Amino acid sequence: MKPPRAPLFLQRETYRRRRIMDAARILPVVGFVLILLPVLWTRGRGVSTAAEAVYLFLLWLVLVLAAAALSRPLRAALRRDAEAAERRTSPAPDEGAP
Amino acid sequence: MTLNILVPAALAYVIFLFTIASLAERRAEALRASGRQARFLRSPLVYTLSLSVYCTAWTFYGAVGYAARSGLEFMTIYLGPTLVFVGWWWLLRKLVRIGKAQRVTSIADLISSRYGKSNAVGVIVTVLAVIATTPYIALQLQSIALSFGAFTAGETLAPQQLAMWVAVGLALFTILFGTRNLDANEQHHGVVTAIAVEAVVKLVALLAVGIWVVWGLAEGPADMLAQIAQAERPEWAIDPARWMGLTFLAGVAILTLPRMFQVMVVENADESHLAVASWAFPLYLMAMSLFVLPIAAAGLTLLPEGANPDLFVLTLPHALGQNGLAMLAFLGGFSAATSMVIIAAIALATMVSNHIVVPMWLASRQRAADRGLAPARDASDMRGLVLNARRLSIGVILGLGYLYFAISGGSRALAAIGLISFAGMAQVLPALIGALYWRGASRIGAAAGLAVGALAWLYTLFLPSFGPGVILGAELMAEGPLGIGWLRPHALFGVEGLDPLLHALFWSLALNATAFITGSLLSFPSPVERVQSAQFVNVYDLGPGDESPGARGWSREAAENEAEDLLAMSQRILGAAEAQSFFEAQTRAQGKAGFLPDPTPDFLDKLERELAGSVGAATAHAMIAQIVGGRLVTVDDLMAVASETAQIMEHSAQLEAKSEELARTARQLREANELLQKLSVQKDSFLSQISHELRTPMTSIRAFSEILMDDEVTGDEIIRYARIIHDESIRLTRLLDDLLDLSVLENGQVNLDIQQATLGDLIDRALMASNSVLPHRQFTLRRQSADEEIALSTDIGRLTQVFINVISNARKYCDAAAPELRIAVRQRGGKVVVDFIDNGSGIPKKSQMLIFEKFARLTDTHQAGGAGLGLAICREIMHNLGGDIAYLPGQGGAAFRVSFPARLEARARAAE
Repeated sequence: MKPPRAPLFLQRETYRRRRIMDAARILPVVGFVLILLPVLWTRGRGVSTAAEAVYLFLLWLVLVLAAAALSRPLRAALRRDAEAAERRTSPAPDEGAP
Repeated sequence: MTLNILVPAALAYVIFLFTIASLAERRAEALRASGRQARFLRSPLVYTLSLSVYCTAWTFYGAVGYAARSGLEFMTIYLGPTLVFVGWWWLLRKLVRIGKAQRVTSIADLISSRYGKSNAVGVIVTVLAVIATTPYIALQLQSIALSFGAFTAGETLAPQQLAMWVAVGLALFTILFGTRNLDANEQHHGVVTAIAVEAVVKLVALLAVGIWVVWGLAEGPADMLAQIAQAERPEWAIDPARWMGLTFLAGVAILTLPRMFQVMVVENADESHLAVASWAFPLYLMAMSLFVLPIAAAGLTLLPEGANPDLFVLTLPHALGQNGLAMLAFLGGFSAATSMVIIAAIALATMVSNHIVVPMWLASRQRAADRGLAPARDASDMRGLVLNARRLSIGVILGLGYLYFAISGGSRALAAIGLISFAGMAQVLPALIGALYWRGASRIGAAAGLAVGALAWLYTLFLPSFGPGVILGAELMAEGPLGIGWLRPHALFGVEGLDPLLHALFWSLALNATAFITGSLLSFPSPVERVQSAQFVNVYDLGPGDESPGARGWSREAAENEAEDLLAMSQRILGAAEAQSFFEAQTRAQGKAGFLPDPTPDFLDKLERELAGSVGAATAHAMIAQIVGGRLVTVDDLMAVASETAQIMEHSAQLEAKSEELARTARQLREANELLQKLSVQKDSFLSQISHELRTPMTSIRAFSEILMDDEVTGDEIIRYARIIHDESIRLTRLLDDLLDLSVLENGQVNLDIQQATLGDLIDRALMASNSVLPHRQFTLRRQSADEEIALSTDIGRLTQVFINVISNARKYCDAAAPELRIAVRQRGGKVVVDFIDNGSGIPKKSQMLIFEKFARLTDTHQAGGAGLGLAICREIMHNLGGDIAYLPGQGGAAFRVSFPARLEARARAAE
């Protein structure tokens, strides 16, 4: 019988974290494009200022929610980052051991 | 409602603020004394709320007015920052990280620190900030005066006088809480807490008015939307260019406005607070904007034509009899205005004192010291100086704001002033982005970009904003300076028909970025700049605790300075207790006791950072430089030292190479010497031999000639003896011939007789001739006749002589039982190679070098019949023929290789 194969890509968590960072970077770009959308709407087809306001506030809310959803994992990443940097400056005594 | 109520209410609110601020300050101090962190005071919530200083009276009053005039466009001012915060992972994270790592005290300090701690760049940013912010402060004063005026329509009120008192009060508050201490991190717990409280007050006030409008005046959101649709005007249509431009401008402003930088970066206690602020601050902005349009619509519908839309928040509840709500709105507007003024004054005062006042004072003292009027390290109170400079700056800035308000009269719409200010500070953007992301951005580029951008902004937006005829003449506005049309402030380079704000924004930023990039590309940064650029751009690689020791170049030589001076100076800046505890900690870290650490470069670096937290990087650098004075070694010097070291290393490498060469030469000389000694021994032994050689035939000749002189010799004997004498004299002659031949060859006086022949024939002839040597020995010959078909053009006689000699040697010395001679011929290029290989025991290695020398003979066997000159002659002949003869080791017997050109060239002959 073959031994169970190790997964090809280790550290699924790290991978996920990186994709979350990507998402955090893409979010403002998407937001900017969507904010510019009302500019393209033509007046007189029933799109009034009130409707535009509703759209913009909904978009705003979505951006806030998306940022809130991303903020927790990013905060954790930030903390890990700081810890890693601290370890780097003061190497742990057991690091040299094989 | 009259002033009798309003003024006490405002005063009560101010006292409330004072109380909050001083309570927070005291709490923070108590916590610090007990060694704990001020958890709540430095929480993400307080951080987010303090960011709301972005929402000034311009938001509180102006947004409604803006919405009443232009519809949804006001939202761009809040959508831009929303995008920046939602995208905090891009830029804000790096900005805050750098701000903390470099202990930045203001936006001017950040820019100056990045561009080689250049104070000139810091001064440009400071001046720009003061010019751009002054109108904004005036705007706050104006809004307060207006809000008082709104309640007191019937009474006579001097708005300027009122504004003056407000300015004085704010200056007092700011000085009290903003310059309490010269905190190492330039953080103000009291002020930040007060700002956070004010954030709540203005939000609650605006929400209260909004809720009252939507659910009190209208019948819920649906009805409100209908009312908005009814109030809609044609001007409310979105202008695409302005929509995009303003969103961008607001996004830039949140990064570059001095007050925003102050709360966002300088007052930031923990990087991770950004993560919370990334969604909480946009949420706050959204809540602030939510009811702006409803209030504007309601105001337009319900209030009489001609009412100032900037004051709808206030006048709407007031006109409809909601006095409590109106009072709340008044306090909200008041708090929005005061929070902005306080933070802006602190931020600007820090910049002015760190980049203008203190450097000027340092320079004047240096000049005095140079003239010998004052000691360079006098004991005057630096701490007091910096604090006083800051207090003075606060006074001056608020005074300027008041002056601007008093002169301009405060008649224009609020929104216009705010946007002009935004566009002014946006000029920092290229230098800021370059500072964070471009290693190649240089001081020259930053200074050029900032200067060009600021001038363009002044010319196209700020100065014209006073109106034609005030600063820029109406004629200049319409026709351009000196009638040059393409220099008109609102139509620069012929770009007409664009909105003045967008026009100014476009040209100022375009010229700014061009100057910045060109300057950076053309200039060469100083070493300090390059060090700083690496620290900024690669801040994540360094980590928060990584101080990169020595990067700033305090040398060990400077460390000879007494730590005492440094302590004295630090006490003046950080405060006695702070400085002493810092020094004590550093001393302990060095493993010593007491207060005076060894001023190692590492320590000086840390101290500089500590001081930079109070007075800015450039000033801290300059101050330590002043103390450690002449012994200070700059990075430039270090670079020079490094290049000298490189030179020395190169020299030593050269020396090494030379000494190797010498060793090689010595070895060669030693070898030559050994050879000479061997030859000398050979020569001695030969001389004894040659005398023996000469003597033997001479002896026989003498003996037999004496016998012949005897009469008793028979005829037969006469013939026999005469033959012996004849043979012996022939031997003598041959010996002498050989010697003569050799000497001729060696001196190059030989005449070569060039003839044509085939190599095969030549070898045949040589074999035949050498058969006479020991004719009884039967040699097996191995030849490849086909190979020998080579036409030669050389001295055939001499060459044959060589061949005969080599073959005869083989015949003489080959000691095999069945002797065998192999003759191998090859042709390489123009060269013919002939190998003569026998199957004897060969020549021992130690003798191989000697066989071609004159008089060399391996055996003393007389049978050889020669004087050991044969091979020496062969070699000389071959050299004369442009070829060589060599012993070929490792062939299983004695082997000689004769090589020579098939055609003896004229050049080779000429060399003879």
